[in-house]
Amino acid sequence: MRFRPDLGWADVTPRADFMNRRQLIGGAAALAGLGAGLPAAALDAAPSRYSTDEAPNTLEQISGYCNFYEFGTGKEDPARHAGQMTVDPWSVKIDGLVERPGSYDLADLVKGQSLEERIYRLRCVEAWSMVVPWIGFELSGLLTRVGVKPSAKYVAFETLYRPEEMPGTRRPVIPWPYVEGLRLDEAMNPLAILATGLYGEEMPKPNGAPIRLVVPWKYGFKSIKSIVRITLTEEQPPATWNIVNPREYGFYSNVNPEVDHPRWSQASERRVGGGFFAAKIPTRMFNGYGEYVAGLYDGMDLSRNF
Amino acid sequence: MATGNTLRGSMMAWTCPGTSERAPLRARLNRALAQVPAWPLYPLSVLPVAWLFWQGATGRIGIEPVEAVEHRLGLWALWLLLAGLAVTPLRRFAGINLMRFRRAIGLTAFFYLCCHVLTWAVLDVQGLAAAWADIVKRPYVTIGMAGLLLLVPLALTSWNGAIRRMGGAAWRRLHRLVYPAVLLGAVHFVMLRKGWQLEPMVYLALAALLIGMRTIPRDRQKAARR
Repeated sequence: MRFRPDLGWADVTPRADFMNRRQLIGGAAALAGLGAGLPAAALDAAPSRYSTDEAPNTLEQISGYCNFYEFGTGKEDPARHAGQMTVDPWSVKIDGLVERPGSYDLADLVKGQSLEERIYRLRCVEAWSMVVPWIGFELSGLLTRVGVKPSAKYVAFETLYRPEEMPGTRRPVIPWPYVEGLRLDEAMNPLAILATGLYGEEMPKPNGAPIRLVVPWKYGFKSIKSIVRITLTEEQPPATWNIVNPREYGFYSNVNPEVDHPRWSQASERRVGGGFFAAKIPTRMFNGYGEYVAGLYDGMDLSRNF
Repeated sequence: MATGNTLRGSMMAWTCPGTSERAPLRARLNRALAQVPAWPLYPLSVLPVAWLFWQGATGRIGIEPVEAVEHRLGLWALWLLLAGLAVTPLRRFAGINLMRFRRAIGLTAFFYLCCHVLTWAVLDVQGLAAAWADIVKRPYVTIGMAGLLLLVPLALTSWNGAIRRMGGAAWRRLHRLVYPAVLLGAVHFVMLRKGWQLEPMVYLALAALLIGMRTIPRDRQKAARR
């Protein structure tokens, strides 16, 4: 066979074919001991000072227990049904009050952004929590690149809505597509990232492949998944759960142990993976990220702006 | 040449297939059911709960065992309550007699509900003070707990001696409390889900239907059968 200089991605052996993850992890651990410099996984990411040193949940827990209503309301539904979602090709429409609007291909969107591993706590509004080793880049980097016009005050996000691949959207459990929003200064905070992977690999589909928001000081549902559109606006954009039930879900939805959900206490949380007899742990203001984000809400009554 | 009678018979068979066989089949089914003793249901009802707790304690029931065990117990209890409500309509409208098993069905439902509440109080909210705070403060918990409390006198009067002492009419009147109890349980389920979800709505509709069937007057029922 002749050498072909025109090899493309189509010629690459799929990663799953030459390595499976368990072997990889075991192998990487063994190699680390020998000091071999094998790239550990698909995504190279620098460590971050924003990472927690708490033990991350396993990939099985993170992808096997989550909410992604587009694939069903059960916690196991995303793992069961998200496989059918096409994530390649993927483009994100960026519009509204930006200098360079357009439809950006995923590769183009990530280009020039430095990937970091951010091990964040995730606190769901349903009073459970996890620790997730996200891989992503700061949202502010993308916003700076597309150029935010001075009149913009908010960022709106939209999830993919494709009923033929998303069985959960065939019923009106919540209005589709799923939408979320941040105030511009929240979006520019260095904690706010667009994540494209976790555990060193591309984002698993149940967790919002191929690109999702992660805002760790807010309840999980603010961290919108599988983003297809980002719009800069002057007015506060709609947020799905806030539309569905404004009494229970505010626009801000910052983690706050002092403001209960009308149907349950937010004072404590169950760390997923603790098992049958694990004690609940106290929930922290802003999910423990107050030193970075409390300033965003100076002078605001957080029991009113919940 | 067909006589009037055979013609009518064949017409019946053609318009209502199976009519001619249904009565003996039903009688055979009822006769078979009468042979089945009800008492084994009590020890058998403990097995799924033991199995569930064992799975929870050994990490064999999904990623969040407390939630899984708690929700499953609640769901099983709701199924059993609906099954208990179905006994009378089944006898009235389908002629199938499961009356002998109704007490075991109801008591098993009550047993599962007690396990459901205990799991919630001990493993989920973790503490009587926190549980009481939720009962007072959270409408869906209040409603669920009210439903359970309505079932307490029914469980206490579920033995033959109680029926004798109270008299059949008073006993039947008391046991109508099961209707609001099941409705409260189904509403509790609808309320604890986020958004408008189909599954709990189906159970609420089923409960309403099974209770509603009891209001159909006897003569209309006869007319419907003819």
